[in-house]
Amino acid sequence: MSFKDVLMPFTAWKYVVEKPVTVRNPKEVEGAPRYRGFHDNDVTACIGCGTCEDVCQNGAIDLIPVKDIETKDGDSGLRPTIDYGRCCWCALCVDVCTTQSLSLTNYFRWVSTDADDFRFVPGVDEKPWKGIEQGYRKLDGYDLYATERIPMEELPPSQRENSFVEMVKGFSREQAIKEADRCVACGICTATCPAHMGIPAYIEAVRNDDMEQGLRVLYETNPLPEICGRICTHKCETVCSLNHKGDPLSIRWLKRYIADQVPSDRYKEILGTDKIQRNGKKVAVIGGGPGGLSAAHYLSLMGYAVTIYEALSAPGGMTRYGIPEYRLPYDQIDKDIDYISSLGVEFIFNTRVGTDVQLEELHTAYDAVFAASGLHLGRSTRIPGSDHKRVYQAIELLRDVADGKEIDVAEKVVVIGGGNVAMDITRTIARLQNQKYGKVDVLATCLEGADIMPADDEEVEEAREEKAVIDPGWGPQSIEITDGEIKGLHVSKCLSVFDAEGRFNPSFDMDQKKFFAADMVIESIGQGMDFSYAKEIQDQIEMAPRGKIKTDSHGQSSLPWLFVGGDIAEGPDVIHAIANGHAAARGIDDFLQRDDE
Amino acid sequence: MISLKQDRSKFPVRGDDGQLIIDRESGQFSELFLGPVHPGMTGNMSLEMLIQGDEIMKAKTHVGYLHRGFEKLMERRRFIQCFPICVRIAVPEPDFNEYLLAATIEELAGIEVPDAAQWMRTLLLEMSRLQSYLAWIGGQGSSFGLGLIGQWTIWARDLVLDRFEEITGGRIYHMHMPPGGVRSLLPDGFRGRMRETLDTIEQVMKDVDKALFQNSVYKTRSIGLGYIDPSMVDRWGITGPNARGAGVARDVRKDYPYLKYPELDFEVAVGKDSDAYTRADVRRRDLLTTVDLIRQILERIPDSGEFMAKVPNVLHWKIPRGETYKRAECTRGEYGYYTVTDGSGYPRRINVRGPSYTHAVTLLEKMIVNVNLADAAGLMSSLHTYPPEIER
Repeated sequence: MSFKDVLMPFTAWKYVVEKPVTVRNPKEVEGAPRYRGFHDNDVTACIGCGTCEDVCQNGAIDLIPVKDIETKDGDSGLRPTIDYGRCCWCALCVDVCTTQSLSLTNYFRWVSTDADDFRFVPGVDEKPWKGIEQGYRKLDGYDLYATERIPMEELPPSQRENSFVEMVKGFSREQAIKEADRCVACGICTATCPAHMGIPAYIEAVRNDDMEQGLRVLYETNPLPEICGRICTHKCETVCSLNHKGDPLSIRWLKRYIADQVPSDRYKEILGTDKIQRNGKKVAVIGGGPGGLSAAHYLSLMGYAVTIYEALSAPGGMTRYGIPEYRLPYDQIDKDIDYISSLGVEFIFNTRVGTDVQLEELHTAYDAVFAASGLHLGRSTRIPGSDHKRVYQAIELLRDVADGKEIDVAEKVVVIGGGNVAMDITRTIARLQNQKYGKVDVLATCLEGADIMPADDEEVEEAREEKAVIDPGWGPQSIEITDGEIKGLHVSKCLSVFDAEGRFNPSFDMDQKKFFAADMVIESIGQGMDFSYAKEIQDQIEMAPRGKIKTDSHGQSSLPWLFVGGDIAEGPDVIHAIANGHAAARGIDDFLQRDDE
Repeated sequence: MISLKQDRSKFPVRGDDGQLIIDRESGQFSELFLGPVHPGMTGNMSLEMLIQGDEIMKAKTHVGYLHRGFEKLMERRRFIQCFPICVRIAVPEPDFNEYLLAATIEELAGIEVPDAAQWMRTLLLEMSRLQSYLAWIGGQGSSFGLGLIGQWTIWARDLVLDRFEEITGGRIYHMHMPPGGVRSLLPDGFRGRMRETLDTIEQVMKDVDKALFQNSVYKTRSIGLGYIDPSMVDRWGITGPNARGAGVARDVRKDYPYLKYPELDFEVAVGKDSDAYTRADVRRRDLLTTVDLIRQILERIPDSGEFMAKVPNVLHWKIPRGETYKRAECTRGEYGYYTVTDGSGYPRRINVRGPSYTHAVTLLEKMIVNVNLADAAGLMSSLHTYPPEIER
């Protein structure tokens, strides 16, 4: 220590006249452009998936209903409220947000004497920082979960275009686990699925490689997992929250993966259905399609003796007779149905109710009747020439293919229709043409433009891969017939399909015309129901608009013993049928138990 | 004339068996608590002291005022949820926690961190070291009554926090290193602003050198205070500047290189007198080394490129069964995370080795004997301890 050490500290006096640097007026300070301040939320983009709530380790986020936001498909109607007594500003909620609607602003000064003010719904409650652009946003370049789906392997067009072998190969174990890992388990899918399947739960089972648990979850709400795992219209995927940031989860293929992994001889053991206590009551089911099978399955588990009356020679309804084998192989349909049959459900084939047996007889012989006879009548365009013998209904042709009958397929075919059934028949015809002529010449046209075509995008794309021509946006006007032979279809440009009130009322530009040459025309513009077997009770039963039967939420008609479901009630699609079959089973059980009391 | 160097060797009085002879009835002894609420404490802990006159005879460290239990809390949180929690284990220097947690998960899950992210992590850790030292120098000065030092260094630290805010959006808790990488690279114009900040800090440190390290008051009180015998270093688990002040050149950055340190050019600051003054000087030189390291990093850190590895869905990320010890050199010494995983989505056990545990409990209790009561706060500060690390 020296004398210098005594003097040296006095050098600090050189700052005595300078403005103190430690005093800074907070009002001059603005948060950095990426500051993590108060939350903001674009509530119109937010879908209330709750992933922010899930990741928040402080429990600072809660999803609550807010004014003016309705619950709908793909939107829970809830929005995050944030408790700033708990928030630690880590911004993980922003990083995991599936819609990227949540953000943190660079606003951080806010004084209020009311502690409750510090719990609010960002983006809804009016706050000074609402809409501020600066603040923390998740950057591109990383994600805390994979946003791209695992591609599903399919047979290449060269291998599938003349064969009915199943084209989708299914996931391997690694692929399935990886795909299942992407799920954020928000449950938006469950709300939208007509059957309200426990989707996050069975996807978790895939992640855990626990197929038995997966199967149990599937069968809670859906007794046709092999079928649904292949051809479900997957509304769940349309609303999947991951769809906002990347690809939706392959929910359908994961369902198929579970069902594919479990051999059918283990179903009873896994599902605990070895022994079912019978209650001595009997239920008749009209139609062996998904609706009837679903009701029969759940009724059988409840102890009812169920008999299914099927007009055709095999069960499955539209899944067997409406969907080509390359999408849904018959052995997979059989796997699902054989299990239902093993629960004691009895099938009577080639027996049409109304012809071979009367509805009244069923009423007498059984405690309740569930009618799920499906939509098996094709609709005609009724344009000039549509009554020609070479104008076919898609649904009839598909049925003949399924029955193994030979189809007299022409060299040039035009299909009228833009739905999935139209794509099914187009692709079936393409295969048959390939087998018969070694080339494809089939064209599908429909009223709807490419952007609003009802068929799934992948169906359209795959049809094109198989060399079918899809030319949407044209309205059929007439079928040209010369010397008794079909020459082709005249069409005009379709300007709009629906009128201002949203009713089906197509308008055409008659100056824009086209001619599609063809030797054979197939109509695929929807199906209708054949309810003639109920004619004897038609005057006793209450009807709903559009020729449907009025029912309650459990499918019970105004005649208490008659329940209605399947495509004739809702849909048409397989998952609606499964859902209303299940609902009807509960309704029938409720009705018959109440009968006891 | 009062001698500044009193012979204290006869105190405390010990019997033949080496035990303290304390006659509480004599009226010479009193018990006194320093903390938990005392400006001289380095945080929420307290010292229960037995004093004779103004000399400390015996002391016991008390912790438990924070009531947090982060290690246990993390066992009930998914791995990604540990990321915002762990930073709170060392409030003034949180980044080491996020780095170690991330490095642990990455090692156990087999994730390769992109190069740019490793540079960013190195930068953030060095910036964290810089601001932690600046805060510490202020504390060291004020615990010896020199409040001015803190006015300068805390301001300088604030400039570093401004730079942190630019990169991460946070000032104290940065939460910028999730498992897999970092959340962003450098913002535009950052290098220039950081270099200006480093220039300012060097200027401040020149003033601090004159006002603190060449200050007769500080020198008188700190030279010879809290001597750590080099032979104690291993036995007492002493690391960091406390060990380096005793002449033991021990630094995890050199001994067990991690991140980009092997590619950086630096020497470890070592002292030899092993007292409070030497330790402070080691820290001062270490701070200047850090300034130099940040300059080197700014030269080499990439502006673009991948900064985050692909990670599984963090919402249900299961880490394979395993265990690992990851360590890093923080301002207090070796900071380590010993982690055991059981294949589930939650850590089975995370044990945080905070250097303050050994420094503030066992070491402090030994060294504080014979110290003048007025120097107790300065001694504790010279060991650079953070109570949250003890009570994690």
